[in-house]
Amino acid sequence: MSQDQIIDALAGLTLFADLDRPALLAVAHTMPEESFPAGQRILRQGFSGGGFFVILEGEVTVRVDEAEVATLGKGDFFGEISLLLGEPPIADVVATSPVHALQLAGPDLRAFLLAYPPVMYRMLQAVSRRLDRANRRS
Amino acid sequence: MARQRVATSPPFPPGDYGVVVVGSGPGGLQASYYLSRQGIDHAVISADPAPGGMFRQWPFFQRLLSWTKPHARHAHDTREYERYDFNSLVALEPQNRAVMPALMDGSSEFPSRAEMEAGLVEFVRRTGLRVRYDTPWQGTTRDGEHLVLHTPAGEYRTRVPLFTVGVAEPRMPDDIPGIEHAAHYADTGEASSYAGKRLFIMGKANSAFELASGLLQWASPIILASPRPAQLSVNLHSLGGVRARYVQPWEDAELGGGVFILDAAIERLEQHAGGIAVHTRRTDTAEPFVAEVDEVIAATGFSTPLLDLPALGVSTFGRSGLPAMTNHYESVSLPGVFFAGTISQGVSGLRKYGIPANSGAVHGHRYNGRLAVDEIAARYFGRERPRPAVAPDSAVERLLTSASAAPGLWHQKSYLAHALSRDPDGSVCDEGIVSLAEYVDTAGPDGAAVTVETDDRGSIHPAVYVRRRGRVDADAVLDESPLTEYRTPAHRAQLQALLGDVLG
Repeated sequence: MSQDQIIDALAGLTLFADLDRPALLAVAHTMPEESFPAGQRILRQGFSGGGFFVILEGEVTVRVDEAEVATLGKGDFFGEISLLLGEPPIADVVATSPVHALQLAGPDLRAFLLAYPPVMYRMLQAVSRRLDRANRRS
Repeated sequence: MARQRVATSPPFPPGDYGVVVVGSGPGGLQASYYLSRQGIDHAVISADPAPGGMFRQWPFFQRLLSWTKPHARHAHDTREYERYDFNSLVALEPQNRAVMPALMDGSSEFPSRAEMEAGLVEFVRRTGLRVRYDTPWQGTTRDGEHLVLHTPAGEYRTRVPLFTVGVAEPRMPDDIPGIEHAAHYADTGEASSYAGKRLFIMGKANSAFELASGLLQWASPIILASPRPAQLSVNLHSLGGVRARYVQPWEDAELGGGVFILDAAIERLEQHAGGIAVHTRRTDTAEPFVAEVDEVIAATGFSTPLLDLPALGVSTFGRSGLPAMTNHYESVSLPGVFFAGTISQGVSGLRKYGIPANSGAVHGHRYNGRLAVDEIAARYFGRERPRPAVAPDSAVERLLTSASAAPGLWHQKSYLAHALSRDPDGSVCDEGIVSLAEYVDTAGPDGAAVTVETDDRGSIHPAVYVRRRGRVDADAVLDESPLTEYRTPAHRAQLQALLGDVLG
């Protein structure tokens, strides 16, 4: 994927929609793209050392105690809750197809969000929507 | 330079082979070694005239980043010594181990490029590996279950091609107007040709700092720029940051010595009578900045020369165009196509705390190749990995011995692990060194895998993954040990408590 294609891919994701080109380039250089085969867990329930992921391509399923609770795809992100709380993930996130995702090392999330307040705002919006949905279901 | 021409009648004429290995760098030679020791029919073809791969040419300043310590406390012919020798290929036979320390002149623990090249030539000689040189893979077609690799010598037909062609193709940014005024790292001129020149280096990874380091006494000023702040390996606890050997330009910048390190996106290059104007924009403030320089070098990395494999179905990802692979280094989208060597860095493993494995370096990928070959051997040649039975009461000691001394675990932390399994009949089997991601994400017999991990504080310790009822639900870490020796009563008690119901 060329630099242009990576920037275009990032710019098309809601999370990064407010960033200008230099900032998108910096994000692209800060979050390496990784590939996961189908069947592999990307985030592991109960494991230490997890990261923050943004899906570029492919689908994942979110499982809590082996029960599927959600499906995520391009542009969705995960891993932030456990990093913000400083606890191991409470769900498995499993690739159901080959997945390409951007990864941010867990210890870098705080500095990353402070460096890019528009990303923090978008993340807050998304997390709020999830909370709202959960509240409506309960 | 140690260049060897081989016999006039080259081995491996075009034809059908069980496996065809492409490449004669460290990855190809290590893979061929593992295949040979399993007695698997295979050919090795290479575009080069002799062994060595990238080390026939690079690093640019002719000395490696990774060490070989001749006086480490283990004998050179032991597996334990591999932990202190990052540069030799690995062998089962004691006499074929630790090729490098005997070839180094003692002036540095970092081998020269020529010593590394000579080491690879010597490994080929000692182990009797054969390679058909001067035979470049030029293209690929499909023939039923087989792939046909086209070379000037003719066609090589196989069900299992194993590509070890490196991440070796110079990569220039394709969206910067005027980029043609920059030279790629691979085309850097003689150091003395930069005497008194103003130099702009695009990039802040190791290759950029290597150039800045080597040109410190020649070019002035030296400006390094890329969008992301530079990071040091000692802070990242990995090879992902700037290595200690290349930190000098950073100190120079901190002390105001004429090196400048900028966090900026490069927008365009313009050549004019007085030199080159590099137009940048800072990534923190978005302010523009123009650097007037004489030379621009793009230390922007390399990509994977997969030729027509993507068109045949090999999916790739990232800026380096690495193939998307399984934990056995097989293409996820074109089964039967395998990879080894530095390409194996495309399999990220658990990457705990964001720390990558060392698969982009010889000391990491020399162990990965074994997993690829074992998978090929089992799937295509009916040779299952040996699973020797061991005494159940030896489990704790075996795993702590690996945590203390197994080189594959130390060089591939949180990536490779030593696994023991309990079979339904109650016996305990030694699974050997396995992919940790495969172990924790694949159902299998109950047991445990131990690896070595670094956490976000930089603490190194053993980590234990216990599989119960076919599933690994959590990790557990053992206590730190000041000198990383874990065969202690306290660690035995800790591990015993974790394994009690599974391997006890």
